[in-house]
Amino acid sequence: MKSSIVSEVKEKNGMKDRVIYHIKDKAIWAVFLAIVVGFSLASPRFLSSSNLFIIMRQVSMYGIASVGMMFVILTGGIDLSTGSVITIVNVVCAHLMVKMGFGMVSAVLVSLLLSVFIGLLNGFMVATIRMPAIIATFASQIVFAGCAYLLSGGVPIYGFDPRFKVIGQGYVKAVPVPVIIMSVCFAIGSFILNKTYFGRYFYAIGGNEEASKLSGIKVSSIKYLVYALSGLFAGLAGIVMLSRTNSAQPTAGNGYEFDVITCVVLGGVSVAGGYGKISNVIAGVLIIGVLTNGMVLLNVSTYMQMVVKGIVLALAVGFDCLQKKRALT
Amino acid sequence: MGENYVLQLKNIRKEYPGVTALKDVSLGVKPGEILALIGENGAGKSTLIKTCSGAVVPTSGKIVINGKEFSSMTPQLAAENGIAIIYQEFSSVRELSAAENLFLGNPIRRGILVDKKAMEREAEKAFAQLNIDINPKTLVGDLTVGYQQMIEIAKAVKQDAQVLIMDEPSAPLTSSEVESMFKVCQLLKSQGVSIIYISHRLDEVMYLSDRIVVLRDGEYIDTLITSETNVDELIRLMVGRDLKESYPPRDVKINSEEIVLELQNVSGNGTEDINLKVRKGEVLGLGGLVGAGRTELGQLIFGSAHKTSGKIIFKGKEINPKNPRQAIDLGIALVPEDRKRHGILAEISVKNNINMPIYKKISRMSVIQSKKEVENATTYQESLLIKTPTIHQSVKNLSGGNQQKVILGRWLAANSELIIFDEPTRGIDVGAKFEIYKLINSLVESGKTIILISSEMEELMGMSDRIIVLAEGRITGELQRDQFDQEAIMRLASRVQEA
Ligand SMILES: Nc1ncnc2c1ncn2[C@@H]1O[C@H](COP(=O)(O)OP(=O)(O)OP(=O)(O)O)[C@@H](O)[C@H]1O
Ligand SMILES: [Mg+2]
Repeated sequence: MKSSIVSEVKEKNGMKDRVIYHIKDKAIWAVFLAIVVGFSLASPRFLSSSNLFIIMRQVSMYGIASVGMMFVILTGGIDLSTGSVITIVNVVCAHLMVKMGFGMVSAVLVSLLLSVFIGLLNGFMVATIRMPAIIATFASQIVFAGCAYLLSGGVPIYGFDPRFKVIGQGYVKAVPVPVIIMSVCFAIGSFILNKTYFGRYFYAIGGNEEASKLSGIKVSSIKYLVYALSGLFAGLAGIVMLSRTNSAQPTAGNGYEFDVITCVVLGGVSVAGGYGKISNVIAGVLIIGVLTNGMVLLNVSTYMQMVVKGIVLALAVGFDCLQKKRALT
Repeated sequence: MGENYVLQLKNIRKEYPGVTALKDVSLGVKPGEILALIGENGAGKSTLIKTCSGAVVPTSGKIVINGKEFSSMTPQLAAENGIAIIYQEFSSVRELSAAENLFLGNPIRRGILVDKKAMEREAEKAFAQLNIDINPKTLVGDLTVGYQQMIEIAKAVKQDAQVLIMDEPSAPLTSSEVESMFKVCQLLKSQGVSIIYISHRLDEVMYLSDRIVVLRDGEYIDTLITSETNVDELIRLMVGRDLKESYPPRDVKINSEEIVLELQNVSGNGTEDINLKVRKGEVLGLGGLVGAGRTELGQLIFGSAHKTSGKIIFKGKEINPKNPRQAIDLGIALVPEDRKRHGILAEISVKNNINMPIYKKISRMSVIQSKKEVENATTYQESLLIKTPTIHQSVKNLSGGNQQKVILGRWLAANSELIIFDEPTRGIDVGAKFEIYKLINSLVESGKTIILISSEMEELMGMSDRIIVLAEGRITGELQRDQFDQEAIMRLASRVQEA
């Protein structure tokens, strides 16, 4: 008798708990909707199906790279080399195809291997040498931006096999191929984080590295893994970009990492590591995409766009911190 | 009626999503008295005292300090009104000196510069006033927890605190450190300072306090005059039923042939020339003072530190675990003593915390079998009486003692053959303690072997089959069950090696 009452109370509390949790969790989607409504009132073109597809195509690169970035940030690290990985993948892939006569597939594979290698290098500096992630990946950002410039001689490379366009510009039925690639990346990310044991380790390491080690987690191996994955996803974003623009610019990915970090943090991933959900990162990516697109439609200047994005980032993180503070007192 | 209380809490209520931590609790502290606050893990003790500093904002209720009413506090307000709190897991700045820690937040300044000399002089005075022997220049990181705590107390005194609140101050201390803390408490009391003292050690409460307030499940139960009550009554009020605080009997025949672990001349990590054998089905107690090298020895066996010489033989084979993963795979587990640093994964759920060491094992092709995961967590939540609304709750939202139980659950779930418990019941209430003892018994009954490190003499003698005592990193003696004796252990523990 008594125990049934207890469990009933538990159940009721559990319900209330879950409802509050859900509302809090979905706040970011509410923000997304608010922005969408705002822009569609301000510009009739915004909600047109052609514009929606443009948005989706635009965000796909952010989306793809954000999966890897999220892994790294979850473990308490950061990857500042993302932009340079995108650039070097652009340049190397183009170079292989145009200057060295590689086939499309092998050029893509070699470039992706290179991006994994850069990730492993970051992993080596962070996990084995124990350099602070922000410095280690900053160093590789500079190095590989330089390499890309040296390799390309500072001029764009173009003239690819026409079939290469499919990756960035093609459609399957009515859905753009990059959107499909992004969705697959999110699905993989979600699978890793929610279903696999090493996904749990990402959270554990970001939460308490020492305790993770004592729980039998091979912290360095996992760090190599997250940086390698971050490199790989950035490389994939680079390939999509190359196919979209159909020419490799020696500065293609410059500054990209900050947009990607913004997407991830906007999605509520704790910068200190240990906490974050991929569904909210998707919302973060969409918000940035919609904001950029909407402001372009409304003819907002690039500098004004920077101001707005910066404020959005500060608001998002500030809101998150306030919530945490409230939960504790 | 307000006049004879310095601090009064009136109908304090605190609701968290899914948990009502405090249900209209009221209490009053008289000038110059030591008021003990007791209750099971999760009873709401820490939450209640946190309302006095604003670290927790009550859902409803009033805080009355010297007749002034507040509905919520801030740390500044608390300090201005003479309330000082030393938290359950206080943290000092390890990189700063004792004096600098003492003046943290309001350093003595000359213009914009800090006046280090003056701070050191003042600190010396403050320490002398409390009869504590700390060089103000020492880095706090080099001091023991006991001294760090003394600095916190000195800080409170320096702010002219009228009420000093201490949340489980004795938990991390050695017995001699506890004694000096008691002396300081009594000194303060004689100067008219009131103290609220939270502890799970009822003998301390009986010795030190004037009155005792009991909480259970967030409710006020009773206030007792210490001289008119006894430990049994306290336990009954805390737990809500009768419970003899003692050690459950166990039924194991130790197989003296089968040596599970043997150390031969092992040195390193602060230990020297350790030789010992642990037999299957045995509980081997490691006694000694804090800093004797017991934790360090455990780390060597678990691979979280490395030996410089000697041999570790586990189940007949020499082993050399390079990291905890290898030790875990061999069948060795270690329940660490410092739960905040080495134990909890605070942001993560109870369920994930418990399963962390075995995720790989319960995964198929890297995919976690979620049914097993939930089963495991539920099993240990129930058997260890972990108080949480659901197993999906973040561990940071549990009370201190319940966090400790989660870590215990983690290592029981790992199902290892040799389990090293480092201070397993620190900060755990009497009822749950008994459950943990029963669990240790059922572990050895099912053929596991246990090394128990404990600074609680009673527990060590109550639970061990054999006790090995360490001092300054060396073994100073061994006692069989029929030789167990508090004095003998103390003598061995304080024996200093000649040359
Ligand atoms: N931030 C929070 N969110 C949700 N629940 C909380 C939070 N803080 C405390 N609780 C809950 O409130 C209850 C009381 O916790 P409290 O820390 O006050 O216990 P305690 O008496 O100090 O226990 P212990 O002896 O284990 O330290 C517990 O059930 C705990 O789970
Ligand atoms: Mg507590």
